[in-house]
This record gives sequence, structure tokens and C-alpha cells, in this order.
Amino acid sequence: MRIKDRLLKTLTAAALGTAMLWASPALAADDTIKVGVLHSLSGTMAISETTLKDAMLMLIEEQNKKGGLLGKKLEAVVVDPASDWPLFAEKARELIEKDKVSAVFGCWTSVSRKSVLPVFEELNSLLFYPVQYEGEESQRNIFYTGAAPNQQAIPAVDYLMANDKVERWVLAGTDYVYPRTTNKILEAYLLAKGVKAEDIMINYTPFGHSDWQTIVSDIKKFGSAGKKTAVVSTINGDANVPFYKELGNQGVKAEDIPVVAFSVGEEELAGLDTAPLVGHLAAWNYFQSQDNPVNEAFIKTWKAFIKNEKRVTNDPMEAAYIGFNMWVKAVEAAGTTEPDVVIDSIVGVSVPNLTGGYSAMLPNHHITKPVLIGEIQADGQFETVWQTPGLVAGDEWSDFLPDSKDLISDWRKPMSCGNFNTATGKCGGKG
Amino acid sequence: MIAGAMRALKIIIFVLLSCFASASLAWSGEVEIRTSIAQLATAKGFPEIEKIVKDLAALGDPLVNPALTALADGNLQVRKSDNAIFITRDGGAGVVLIDPVTGKEAGEAAKTDVVKIKVNNGLRRIIRDSLGNLTLQSPDTATRRQAAETIFKNSDASQLTALDAAIAGETDAGVKAQMELARASAILNSDRSDDEKVDAIELIGERGGREALSLLTATEAKTTGLVKDQAAAAVAGIERSLAIWATGQNVWYGISLGSVLLLAAIGLAITFGVMGVINMAHGEMVMLGAYTTFVTQDVIRDNFPGLFDWSLLIALPLAFLVAAIVGVIIERGIIRHLYGRPLETLLATWGVSLILQQGVRSIFGPTNQEVGNPSWMSGSFQIGELDITWNRLWIIVFSLIVFFVLLIALNKTPLGLQMRAVTQNRRMASAMGIRTPFVDSMTFALGSGIAGIAGVALSQIDNVSPNLGQSYIIDSFMVVVFGGVGNLWGTLVGALSLGILNKFLEPFAGAVLGKILVLVLIILFIQKRPRGLFALKGRAVEA
Repeated sequence: MRIKDRLLKTLTAAALGTAMLWASPALAADDTIKVGVLHSLSGTMAISETTLKDAMLMLIEEQNKKGGLLGKKLEAVVVDPASDWPLFAEKARELIEKDKVSAVFGCWTSVSRKSVLPVFEELNSLLFYPVQYEGEESQRNIFYTGAAPNQQAIPAVDYLMANDKVERWVLAGTDYVYPRTTNKILEAYLLAKGVKAEDIMINYTPFGHSDWQTIVSDIKKFGSAGKKTAVVSTINGDANVPFYKELGNQGVKAEDIPVVAFSVGEEELAGLDTAPLVGHLAAWNYFQSQDNPVNEAFIKTWKAFIKNEKRVTNDPMEAAYIGFNMWVKAVEAAGTTEPDVVIDSIVGVSVPNLTGGYSAMLPNHHITKPVLIGEIQADGQFETVWQTPGLVAGDEWSDFLPDSKDLISDWRKPMSCGNFNTATGKCGGKG
Repeated sequence: MIAGAMRALKIIIFVLLSCFASASLAWSGEVEIRTSIAQLATAKGFPEIEKIVKDLAALGDPLVNPALTALADGNLQVRKSDNAIFITRDGGAGVVLIDPVTGKEAGEAAKTDVVKIKVNNGLRRIIRDSLGNLTLQSPDTATRRQAAETIFKNSDASQLTALDAAIAGETDAGVKAQMELARASAILNSDRSDDEKVDAIELIGERGGREALSLLTATEAKTTGLVKDQAAAAVAGIERSLAIWATGQNVWYGISLGSVLLLAAIGLAITFGVMGVINMAHGEMVMLGAYTTFVTQDVIRDNFPGLFDWSLLIALPLAFLVAAIVGVIIERGIIRHLYGRPLETLLATWGVSLILQQGVRSIFGPTNQEVGNPSWMSGSFQIGELDITWNRLWIIVFSLIVFFVLLIALNKTPLGLQMRAVTQNRRMASAMGIRTPFVDSMTFALGSGIAGIAGVALSQIDNVSPNLGQSYIIDSFMVVVFGGVGNLWGTLVGALSLGILNKFLEPFAGAVLGKILVLVLIILFIQKRPRGLFALKGRAVEA
């Protein structure tokens, strides 16, 4: 019996030892550089964010085909924060501390970004944020490759004023920080341009709102005061679908009351019959319909990767593409993935974008982008009807809000400040 | 005789020449049109296209109508090889090419061989207005009416002579009245005398409506004196009548919202009423019904495209079956073992709802699925100043049909009798020989099946996604608690009154605050009447 016990113990110890040895090769696999992908794969934002996760996997695969980065292969670490904002922060911490990623590409809603911000500052890692947002932020550890309000909202309003002679404005948004801040900026901008306060109507709806009858009826009423009216929509997520359906059903034609949206792209139109919506607008920095060789190659690679001819590309995917390529270029220039070194080397990096030109990383951690205004077509694509003659530099501190008009951001040494107040000469916000 | 022959000859020559002349005029008209259209192939930018459109419209020839209409619809394309312009129509693998002036088919081309001529909203507006002017004398009554309505909206003063001519020759009374209105609208925008303008204001004020309001407000803003006062008075009058119509419109919206709530809640009223089970997976039954509709439509689209308009009717029994079967599985598998333990049932059904959501997400993907509206469910019509959208109208009709069918099922069928007995007093019903476990299963199946049918209807107005059920579960419980548990009439009254209340609050408080206020009011109401509006008399439901 005793011998048997001893034998058993020895065997168990040996087994455990082998298992541990077996597990340790994971540590030895340091030949990969890990990249974190932090996008919701379930919950209400899954609709928009899943395609970005797929885009990141494609970009990493393409980079590995070119030989990887610094001689090592890239490895994607995908987590699902499930549209749960506190979970975003937890998952970000897990990616940086446990998985030891060199950079994270992720987030969509501004609230998710604000949740992960303290984590990235504390652990000194890098976040590339590919979605259009409301500005009023510039952090050392975050690179904003999506549009700031001056790269989307303001040019859209300018286009409507100049082209369609719009005099009355409806600002309709979902009730959270991005539409609220954007509408604050737009209201200040419109008033500064001489629009009367009674010619501006603002309203907010919850996420997923589906009964748009009253609001569309109010829009029609507001638009029948003899002045040309337009709707500026910051409605987010799938509430857009019943909104556009109701517009179509109640006969609101784009020639009469155009709707320009900031969060409706090819992906959101994929679930809609767009025939009644022809002519309604969106403002982005990229459309799938852009005709140039780089974009055509990108679309071809994407459709082959995702094995589905019907999947579309959209602006946040282009922003992810630009952000990823900028990071790769900066790491190659710096020779290391150390965040502090990359933060210094990435300013000034210029990579091709998908609209036939180049985008450069600015000292305020935003990029240069062209602004495109497109009209919805019957096949769910956008037709570009206007674009800025050149690139617009991202301006995160809006010049139209009193709290931010004196602020600038420059992360190069020696200033290294995200909210330097030019009026008081001090770093740290509105003094 | 020779003189007569000479004269005859002269007449013949004259006739021939004039025929020739008019033919060549028409020919030269067509040539001009073709030249202008051809310029579209090389026009760069919207301002150039706009100029060509205006030139075409200025020719005043109805022959340009097909080309202009095609341009506005995005069907006017340029063949890359020779810059020839065609109207295109989808045909087979490519497009059918149609001559833009004569309308004759001119061959086919691949989609990549032609390039669409781009237009934007401004251009579409100009084309629409131009078409309005050009079609004023069209032989088709509907086209003439449309033309008059367009001119009424855009107040084009240059059309006054054309309108006068058209009115003089118009035989149809309805179109004539529309033309008079268009004329009045054009006068307001012209330099005619004040008296004429005042008459015009009176005519337009009588017509009433949103477009008239828009016109008169603009007139009031840019005139002075007597005309301004008249316009202001007319505006006030129209606004008063519109306010009354607006109240009616809110009632309509309230009823349509109420019908949606009714559909979602009625299944819950039955299961909650009969079994006292708080079924948190009820929303997912609705979602399963919506996905059944999607799958049915997909199958029909691929195999029987002609049946698409019937797809909803085909989906109805299928959705009922799918949801009912899932309901029976849940009841037999989980709820049966948890009788008498409401908290555990709540948790278990919540877990089931999460499983169902994730299951659907894994099978169909997390993105929304496109469920098409059949043609009879799109668009709207007007009764007076009320805008009635077809999809909402059909949903109200449908929900009332479902309600009455259920009422009949509960009151006139043997199973319904057993269900009502078990609702009122389970022990007594069991003592009377009713097999309560069987009734429970059937009730759950019926309630879930009705939720599945609701999903078919809701797929027409809401997104079909795995989260669909979550938007309706809270509202369903609200309606059932407010209306009274187990009572169908309570559910009907509860749903309609909550819908109307919500819609009346929304214009003042906004969507978010309106919903909050409704919830607060229900809480206060429940304090006074805990059993709801139509409480069941008799013993309370026991497990």
C-alpha cells in the first residue's frame, strides 16, 4: 500500500511538472508582437463594432504577409467588452497587463473611450480610436483617427448653408455625450453665423428608439414655415433604421427637407431599403464608392478576407486602416514598440489614405482628413457630391465654445500638454 | 385652266414646303435637344449640368421629359466608348439602352460600360420644377395635376402665362382648381397688383394645409401693408385649423403605439394571468417571430420571388408555431419544475432569454437583418390634414383582429374555458377534473405563439436584431400590470390609453421624459389600484 501511495504521489508530481513545462512555451513565444482589439462583439453596439474587429484582423494578417513588424509576427488579441462601458475598462486592463499588448485598437462610443482613458494613462499604453467624435479631448496615450467636429459637422453645415440655402435647422440626436456636445458646438456655430434661435430645433431620443411618428411629424411642421429646413442627425445605432423608414413613409423628400447624418454609413444602410432615401446626405471622410486604386485594392482584399461579396467598407474602417499603418510606420522608425518612444516618433508620420491622398499624424494626436459630403443612392452606397479642396487638420478644442476656444494641444516636447491655454499661458484647461 | 393648275401647283408646293418646314422645325428641335443632351457627357461638375438642364427646359419641348426624368432618377448614363447618352433600365446581366429622345431600345451593355451622370438634391429640385412647367399641357390628367401641384409649391412667377393658357383649356374640374391655386401661388411671387395678391391669399387660405401655410408665412415675411395683414390673418386661420388636426394626429399616433403595445403584451397577459409566471423570455418570443419572418422572406426571395407580397401572411402561422414550440419547451423543461417559486422563475426565464438572444446571435450574426416591407405597407395617404401611414394602419387592423380572435378562443372554445377556470381558481378547476398541467402547457404555447405573431408585425416597423425583445419586455409588463392581469379587455384599454398618453406627452416633454412620466404615473396608479384597471374578481392566482 505504502509503495503504491508513494508511486501515486510521484506520478502526480511528474504529471504536474510536465504540464507546467508544457504551459511555459507560451512564455517562450516572445517572437510575436501582440495587438489588442477592443470592440463590442455583443450588445447594442455590436452592429457597428464587429466589422471593425474583422477589419483589424484583416490588417494584421496583411501585415504578417509582408513580414510582420520588426522581424516578428503580429498576433491579435480579441476581447469582447459587450457594449458594457465599465467592462471596456476591465478588458483594456486585461489586454495591457495580462496579454502584454503593444497597442490597442478599439472603442466606438465616447462613453467607452472615457471609461478606458484612466487605464491607458495609468499603464502607459496606446489606444487608436477610429470613430468620429465630439472633440473636447486630447490625451497623450490616445490617437484619434476619426473625425473631430471640424472635420465632419462644421463642413456639413457649411455645405447645406451654401448649396441648399438652408435657414432653419433641426438638430436631432441620441441622448448621450457625443450628440449633446456636437449639438452644443453646432448651435454656437449657427448662432454665430446669424441663424436666429427660433430657427433651431433640438431634440434627443434614447438608444434604440423606434417610434418616430411624432418627431418626423414635428420636423415636417417645423419645415413648413416658408424657410428651407434641414435636419442634422447625430442619431446613433439602429434607431436610424426606423427613423429613415418613417421619413420615407411620411413622404419627407430629400429635395424638400434634406437630412445629413454623421453616424450613418454603408454598414448602417445595409439593413434598409434605400430607394425612398435617395438624396439624403451623410458627412464622412471616406466612402466605399471612392474611385481610386488604393481603395479598390482595399475593398477587394476585404471581400476576400471576409468571404462575403455583400459586405461593405465604411469610414471607421478607413480610420482603423490609417491608424494601424501609422503605428506600424512609427514602430519601424523607432525600432521598438515602447509606448513612450512611439508617442514621440509617430508625430509627423504620413500614410496613404483610401481617398487617393495621404493622412498625417499631427502633434495634437489627430490626423489630417478630407471632408466628403455624399448622397444616399438606391443601392445603399454614397455618391460624393462635394469635398473639401484639401485636407482639414483635426481641431479637438472647438473654437465655438467659450470653454475651449483658447485651448490648444501639442504633445511634442517641450510643451507635452493636451490642453494648453493660450490666453493664460498655462497648461491645464480653461484656467 | 393653266392658271388653275398653276394655283393648285402653288398650293401643293406651299403645303409641301410648310410640311417640310414644320418637319424640319421639329427635326431641328430634336437636333437641338440631342445637342444639349450630348453636352451632358462631357459636363464637369454640378453647375455645368445645371446649365444644360435649364437650357433643355427652356426649349419648352415635351420631348425632353423622358431624358430629364431619367436624369433625376439616376437612369441617364454615358457609354464610355463613344460618350453616347442613353436612358438605361435593368435587364438581364447588364442594362438595356434606350434612346433618350425617341424612347426606342438601342441595344444592351454591361453595367461597367456605362457611367451614371451624377445629380444632387439641388439638381433634382430644378429638374422637378422644370418638369412641372413642361408637363402643364400634358394629355395625361394625373401629370397635369402633378405639374400644377409642383408650381403651387415653388411659386414660379414665370409660369403665369402658361398657367392662364392651361386654365382656359382645362376640362377636368379637379385639375382646374389645382391650377387656379398654382396661379394664385405664382401671383404672390410676382409684381401683380395688391388686389390680385389679396384675392390669391384668400384662395390659398381657403385651401389650408401645410404647404399653404408655408407659402403664406413666406409672403407675410416679404410684403408690407394690406397684403401683409391679409397674409397674417390667413396664416393665423390655417394655424388654428392645423392645431385641431394636430390633436387628431396625436390621437392617431397614440392608437398606433397602443396597438404595438397591445400586440406585445397580450401574450404576456395570458401567461401571466393563467399561471402567475413572470416570463422574462417573452420579448425573445417576439424576436423569434421576427426572425421567422426574415427566414421566410429569404426563402421566398430565393425560390419564389413572385410570392413576396404574401410573405407576411405565410410567415404568420410559421411564427406562431416556432414561438409556441419554444414556449412549450421552456414550460415543460424549466417552469414546470419551479411552480410556487416566482423569484426562481423570474431568474430562470431571464437566463433563458439570454440563451435565446445569444443563440440567435450565433446563428444569424449580431447585425440587424433586413426584413422587407411588402408594397402595400409602404407610403401613406391623407384624410384631411391627417397623415396615415399604411404600415401603422395595417398593424392596428392586425392587432384588433388578433385581439378578437383571442377573445373568441378564450370565451367560446373548450380549451379557453379550461384556461379561464384555471386562472380563477386552480385548485377548484383541478378538482373538477381539468388537467392543469396540460392547460398550463397550452396556455404558455398560446401566449408565446401570439408573441411570435406580434414579432411578424413588429418586424415591419422595428429593427430585427437579437436585442429586439429587450425593447418590448418592459412595455409589455407595464401594460399588463396597468390593465389588469388575466383580462384581455384590460390589456386592450391599458395598451391604448398608455399609447395615447405617451404620444400626448411627447411633443411637450420629449421622448425620454415622456416615457419617464408615464412610468411614474403607472406607479402612482398602482398604489391606488394594485390589481390594475380591470381586476379579476374572485380568488387571487395561486400556484
